[in-house]
Amino acid sequence: MKKVWFGLIGLGIIFSVFTGRPEIVSNVILYDIQKSVDLILSLISVMAFWTGLMRIVEKSGILNKLSIVLKPLIGMLFKDIQYSTAAVNAVIMCIAANMFGIGNSATALGIRAMEEMQYINKNKNTASNSMCMLLIINMSSIQLLPLSVIKLRADAGSLNPTDIIVPTIVATAFSTIIAILFAKYYERKKI
Amino acid sequence: MNLSDLILPVLIGGILFYGMINGVDIYAEFVEGAFDGVKSAVKILPYIIAIIFAINLFIQSGAENFIVRILTPITSLVGFPPELLSLIIVKPLSGGGSYGVIKTILDNYGADSYIGRCASVLMGSAETIFYTAAVYFGAVGISNARYTIKVGLISHVASIIATLVVCKYMF
Repeated sequence: MKKVWFGLIGLGIIFSVFTGRPEIVSNVILYDIQKSVDLILSLISVMAFWTGLMRIVEKSGILNKLSIVLKPLIGMLFKDIQYSTAAVNAVIMCIAANMFGIGNSATALGIRAMEEMQYINKNKNTASNSMCMLLIINMSSIQLLPLSVIKLRADAGSLNPTDIIVPTIVATAFSTIIAILFAKYYERKKI
Repeated sequence: MNLSDLILPVLIGGILFYGMINGVDIYAEFVEGAFDGVKSAVKILPYIIAIIFAINLFIQSGAENFIVRILTPITSLVGFPPELLSLIIVKPLSGGGSYGVIKTILDNYGADSYIGRCASVLMGSAETIFYTAAVYFGAVGISNARYTIKVGLISHVASIIATLVVCKYMF
């Protein structure tokens, strides 16, 4: 993360200075950073809502039966958290939210899942195998219906805006499988 | 009415109903859980500021544009549509940014063109990598992400390849 951050900023500064527009740096600070507060403001309420609901989920045990059904899969992908009910529930909710593409809610549930996993993580500043797996699965995008893309296509005058659904699911499934395989490979190498 | 619009009402209604019949004090538990949510959301603000600054600077300074221009001759050798390059570079960085890029592609080439379809599939099958990592790991104070970003980028490449192959044979 450190290297990525430095690389992006370094390139940004070099280019803004050498193309004679150093004021871009201050513009980004003035206008774009402002947006991160807007983002948090919109996230606070959604996040509070879902963590509140998640607490009811945990207390009522509604996911316990589903967890039993999914146990073999969870045991394979998220081996080091499989005995923590709270963490498994949070992971299931997060992945489900991502599949249905409920935007901010998915982020909120993802953070909740990370907190539960961190709770049983042995080394607090290093990501556990399960944390890496959750991130990697989310990064490969597992959304079943790309609603925002369909809307964009309809707006752009497509005759058949939904004809990309099947290709998208095929491409997504392929990249997710590759991602899981590589994650498992690096997990064994113990990096 | 759309079927996907039904997901939330059914899910939320189901959770509350199940909690109610199992004797959970749903109101008190909700408020207590929500309190944790507020704390978590505020905690990730510094990470969001850090990543948004870096990404916006990178894109607006023209650095992103420059990389696209350097790569174009190389990628056109293998018959890769250069218009998609920008989307491929911006998508792992910024969801909002890629929104702008795909809108331009659809407006310029048409949503039903080969490039328009490729861009749509790619947009749906790729995800913002650095932002997700910053927010998720930031929320719990993890500084060593191990192989996460590397595998995220591998899966990005896999989704690009899958998109091109799928679009070639399905359209």
